[in-house]
Amino acid sequence: MVEKRKKLLEVKHLKQYFNVGKSDEVKAVDDVSFDIYEGETFGLVGESGSGKTTTGRSIIHLYNPTDGQIIFDGKDISKMKSKEETLAFRRKMQMIFQDPYASLNPRMKIKDIVAEGIDIHHLVKNDAERSKKVEDLLELVGLNKDHSSRYPHEFSGGQRQRIGIARALAVQPKFIIADEPISALDVSIQAQVVNLLKELQQDRGLTYLFIAHDLSMVKYISDRIGVMHYGKLLEVGPSDEIYTHPLHDYTASLISAVPVPDPEYERNRKQIIYDPAGEIDHPENPRTLHEVVPERFVRCTDEELPMYQKRAAKFTK
Amino acid sequence: MAERILDVKNLEINFHTYAGDVKAIRDVSFHLNKGETLAIVGESGSGKSVTTKSLMGLLANNAEVMGGSIMYHGKDILKNSEKQMQNIRGKEIAMIFQDPMTSLDPTMKIGQQIAEPLIKHKKIEKKKAWAQALDILKLVGITNAEERIKDYPHQFSGGQRQRIVIAIALVCYPEILIADEPTTALDVTIQAQILQLMKELQSKIETSIIFITHDLGVVAGMADRVAVMYAGQIVEYGTVDEIFYNPQHPYTWGLLNSMPTLTSTTLEAIPGTPPDLLDPPKGDAFAARNPYAMKIDVEQKPPFFKVSDTHYAATWLLHPDAPKVTPPKEIVRRHQLFAKMTAHESV
Ligand SMILES: Nc1ncnc2c1ncn2[C@@H]1O[C@H](COP(=O)(O)OP(=O)(O)OP(=O)(O)O)[C@@H](O)[C@H]1O
Ligand SMILES: Nc1ncnc2c1ncn2[C@@H]1O[C@H](COP(=O)(O)OP(=O)(O)OP(=O)(O)O)[C@@H](O)[C@H]1O
Ligand SMILES: [Mg+2]
Ligand SMILES: [Mg+2]
Repeated sequence: MVEKRKKLLEVKHLKQYFNVGKSDEVKAVDDVSFDIYEGETFGLVGESGSGKTTTGRSIIHLYNPTDGQIIFDGKDISKMKSKEETLAFRRKMQMIFQDPYASLNPRMKIKDIVAEGIDIHHLVKNDAERSKKVEDLLELVGLNKDHSSRYPHEFSGGQRQRIGIARALAVQPKFIIADEPISALDVSIQAQVVNLLKELQQDRGLTYLFIAHDLSMVKYISDRIGVMHYGKLLEVGPSDEIYTHPLHDYTASLISAVPVPDPEYERNRKQIIYDPAGEIDHPENPRTLHEVVPERFVRCTDEELPMYQKRAAKFTK
Repeated sequence: MAERILDVKNLEINFHTYAGDVKAIRDVSFHLNKGETLAIVGESGSGKSVTTKSLMGLLANNAEVMGGSIMYHGKDILKNSEKQMQNIRGKEIAMIFQDPMTSLDPTMKIGQQIAEPLIKHKKIEKKKAWAQALDILKLVGITNAEERIKDYPHQFSGGQRQRIVIAIALVCYPEILIADEPTTALDVTIQAQILQLMKELQSKIETSIIFITHDLGVVAGMADRVAVMYAGQIVEYGTVDEIFYNPQHPYTWGLLNSMPTLTSTTLEAIPGTPPDLLDPPKGDAFAARNPYAMKIDVEQKPPFFKVSDTHYAATWLLHPDAPKVTPPKEIVRRHQLFAKMTAHESV
């Protein structure tokens, strides 16, 4: 039996299209649904361009969805009206952006970037308290307090990414969307940042949507994982099970492509090639997410379901 | 012996800042053989990007080269004028930058950006250049390329932008390709595709590649040789097998030990933070975080000790008088593999 968990975020049939009606229309996110429970880490992996960032940006309301609903903490975010409501939402949900270069204002000093949220939400009484808070945050992410009066261009890629993390943590959010937060970092600092995110989760009960390409890291940090491809969610399930026994062929190919830090292994690697041709939907018989076995979902038709159930049966017990 | 296409000697680079001089590159020497892939790995902020930007003559305004030389085709690149560099850049030496968004022009269609080096360097007429741009765009895996060639950078995902940057770098078939984190923004399947593409290009036109990445799995699959950087210096270099199976510097141990595997349950980060390069330590820069550090490590900078003809490491642990230490478990496992591999070879 699964204990009763509180849903912090519900994404319902989210569609986010760009250039609607034009020849270059993009269905960046196409009917995606999933829930994130309070205190968990939900990992989102998948092909480049499959809609992971767009999903994150829709959740934090940087876009108005083409269709579908996003419910956060019981409230439909597209129905927020008053300024207070929006401000409260902004404080509860933060995003660490994928591109550490484009997301930091080059004209602002590090301390002002980190304190942006603190200022907007009036979280400190005076300048001394503000400086102290910024210094604590910089230290928390492994930067030096001497860095606080410098500008973004004086930092390396990995250092900038940590500035973005410090900024997100500044307002003490409940929910953080981390879009590739560690791919610009070296492995040792990756380990530091991931350990930090885990610690914060334990201490403050944070909930994460963790978007990344590094599957070994996603598996390590996530409780559950969703696999995206061409704007669709193909598979959802507990991270250990997905890794050891992927149900969808695309997931299997993704896992087989993970580089291993072992030259001998790499010279003999066997990669599973995935052919997306089978994924094309027939309008009269579209695929939807089916629960194949408890907690494990695959996008398929009613006819395909037994095949996945057979696959899953091989792994259980 | 392999032909050396690039030879960097005793490079020193400072950044002038109002807080003082950041000594970002401190006596770095390495070379690149024709047709090989040299991977540079190491701590964030250790100077990987700055080193390679200096090869392109693209250092920031507040940078100053304090010493050293970079020999390319018998000439010191550091003595070139900006005009001379413009003729080399993009044509003979191309770079894939770490930050795709700042290396793309937001106001220009991507097709034009890919075609431009062909028009400028190879004097190819516009229509032909666009056709070649389309080919390379397909080659890097952009779907619906015929339509999307007319789109602007902001209309693409992070990974797609990175592939466009890769297309621009490859379109002139450069002699040297410098790839700074070229695939970190890509998913593993596209990454495999791009790495394959780079390898093919390499065997076709003997491109020499300098590959910067944090992903040691990618290094294992791509590199012929590896250089490990820490705090503005190279601390160890060798063939890919020597670095992965017979690492000697405690920093290299720490790196290999912090990798998650698909079965890890804890992550071993290297504790502490790197030194402040405004005032770098005088001994081994890694000493403060090194559990194996000895007294001499804080007093004196270690020279390179020879491990093999191709493998050198700057750590006092290799001094004949140094005590024998036991590396972390994962490293011992790798050393044992190496012993087996070399025993095999000498039979
Ligand atoms: N503003 C936009 N206008 C037009 N198309 C867009 C826009 N933003 C994103 N897209 C397209 O939507 C799709 C999904 O993009 P998204 O950035 O969500 O992908 P992603 O999964 O985050 O990829 P990556 O792993 O490469 O970052 C891509 O095909 C992209 O080109
Ligand atoms: N314009 C600048 N002004 C001052 N310091 C700088 C400047 N550019 C880089 N630095 C410093 O030089 C050092 C080396 O930076 P570099 O970008 O080469 O690091 P890196 O090894 O590429 O790191 P990453 O893996 O994070 O990209 C860093 O400590 C950085 O703070
Ligand atoms: Mg993205
Ligand atoms: Mg760099």
